[in-house]
Amino acid sequence: MNSVLPNSLRNGPDARGRFGEFGGRYVAETLMPLILELEAAYEAAKADPAFQTELDYYLKHYVGRPSPLWRAERLAKELGGAKIYFKREELNHTGAHKINNCLGQILLAKRMGKTRIIAETGAGQHGVATATVCALFGLPCTIYMGAVDVERQKPNVFRMKLLGAEVVPVSSGSATLKDAMNDALRDWVANVRDTFYIIGTSAGPHPYPAMVRDFQCVIGNEAREQLMEAEGRLPDVAIAAVGGGSNAIGLFHPFLDEEAVKLIGVEAAGKGLETQEHAASLNKGRPGVLHGNRTYLLQDDDGQILEAHSISAGLDYPGIGPEHSWLHDIKRVEYVGVTDAEALAAFRLCTRTEGIIPALESSHAIAHVAKIAGHMDKDQIILLNLSGRGDKDIFAVAQHLGVEL
Amino acid sequence: MSRISGVFAGLKAEGRAALIPFVEAFDPDRETSLALLKGMAENGADIIEVGMPFTDPMADGPTIQAAGRRGLLAGATLKGTLALVAEFRAGNAHTPIVLMGYLNPICSYGVASFCQDAAKAGVDGLIIVDLPTEEADLVLPDAGTNGLDVIRLIAPTTSDERLPKVLAGSSGFVYYVSITGITGTRTASAEDLARDIPRIRAATDLPIAVGFGVRTPEQAATVAKFADGAIVASALIETLAREDADAVLRDVKRLSAGVKGARAA
Repeated sequence: MNSVLPNSLRNGPDARGRFGEFGGRYVAETLMPLILELEAAYEAAKADPAFQTELDYYLKHYVGRPSPLWRAERLAKELGGAKIYFKREELNHTGAHKINNCLGQILLAKRMGKTRIIAETGAGQHGVATATVCALFGLPCTIYMGAVDVERQKPNVFRMKLLGAEVVPVSSGSATLKDAMNDALRDWVANVRDTFYIIGTSAGPHPYPAMVRDFQCVIGNEAREQLMEAEGRLPDVAIAAVGGGSNAIGLFHPFLDEEAVKLIGVEAAGKGLETQEHAASLNKGRPGVLHGNRTYLLQDDDGQILEAHSISAGLDYPGIGPEHSWLHDIKRVEYVGVTDAEALAAFRLCTRTEGIIPALESSHAIAHVAKIAGHMDKDQIILLNLSGRGDKDIFAVAQHLGVEL
Repeated sequence: MSRISGVFAGLKAEGRAALIPFVEAFDPDRETSLALLKGMAENGADIIEVGMPFTDPMADGPTIQAAGRRGLLAGATLKGTLALVAEFRAGNAHTPIVLMGYLNPICSYGVASFCQDAAKAGVDGLIIVDLPTEEADLVLPDAGTNGLDVIRLIAPTTSDERLPKVLAGSSGFVYYVSITGITGTRTASAEDLARDIPRIRAATDLPIAVGFGVRTPEQAATVAKFADGAIVASALIETLAREDADAVLRDVKRLSAGVKGARAA
């Protein structure tokens, strides 16, 4: 770990769980004592070397860490310009970065003596990762998933069931990720004594945004070390897709204090930022309160939450982690938009040039790399978080290409 | 003395608890909500709780969620809800109105303007579900300036050590969420209440109202034996969805009789 200076951008959140004005703990009183208990338990675990040792063991032998850093030479050649490195989180067990966080949280749940796990999921990646660690540790597991998502992500629903999880379709509200999160919170309120809620992204009430970030920082820490070894220097640009923002914050955080490293988060612009169908809460939303934290949200003039849209179910969320809202406001990270069509093109580009089928989430980041790499010098370096593999997305992609499987 | 404190003082003199029925604004339309507010006040409601519809009501069960959706479909906005209260208030100066809802629409409206406009409309108190004591400084100053009571939720999970902290800055009454769970699901037993209410009494002089899972006149009577008010929401919303506003008012009358007979029995 790098030492953290007093004026570091890495010191957040404050004692109230805030990054600037964002974050906090906006939950009903029934949950408040649990949130405080969780915070205390997490602080104790962080201070206990045995906890990190145990987590490291599972990350190495079960997840397969460190994940490789891959120099994508054919892609770089095709784009012209900068060198491109992929941090290959898609090679993790379960095929995405999600498992890093799930392992951290389930080890914490065990320390706290919790005997039942719940989680929300959108595309099903976090649900699969949660069901996986629950199978590993023999804990019963209930996954809340929007009824619409259950229908469009059948393979992941089947995976979760094979892993022993109960999958509850949520038909309230818009029947997607945000509603799944509402119902998971409702379950938690009703089962406060024995249940641990594994939130999948760096959002929710404090301490979740900080805790999930900490568990995902393994991405940026490893990448930094690997890049130093390969190139002897830090990247010029580090780039990742943002939905809730956990893979991005995991990549960015270890570089926040490195002024020379430009950080770019890529939001899902859906059918275009000028349309109503996107998931770009930073570019097109405004600050509000949802799911326990103050952050940028897609909302109407009355403060009602709007539906997000993205071809990538993992980015299809009307909010974003509070630390990203803060990094956006202080302009440390630049947040840009990439449309469904651009992401699809990048999905094909990466598959064709590198032999790697990227998740549609990660394809958004690749699409932005395709926009900027050609304008950079040959000795400049782009570090991209390839957060997940795209096997889960081939059905959606086929549909968009007009192919019947 | 605020309108809410006045009502509880009067009821204390009568030796009975308050009946606090709930109306989700604009469910299923504005006219019905207005008729319910007026009718409830005439049929035994001592205080009325008005729900402010929100797309993501995370502490509410399926019944109130559905009511909120119907309200939004009927065009409910925060502004519209305040106008509804103002119209009720023009014909009723004595029944306190407490707004219950979630923080985001209030933030969107602007906390200061909202508190001003709510007070002007004749609102007496606010229950903001996702505003725990740790974040309450966002609303307390403006609510105080405008004479609005900020009613705090206390849950079974709220420890004795935490009670004073949660109660700091609260006024009007205390809302005891009698179960760990969402609205309209489980019901607390007489034994639960006999154990829980004295615990809260020891920490506050404010009246204590009990909600979540109070459905029948008998349950309201049980609550009224231990607490100072019974809040009934989901059961009334179900009656409205199944029958009509008149049926709701008949329920309110029966609930009121339950509350009134509780300590006489």
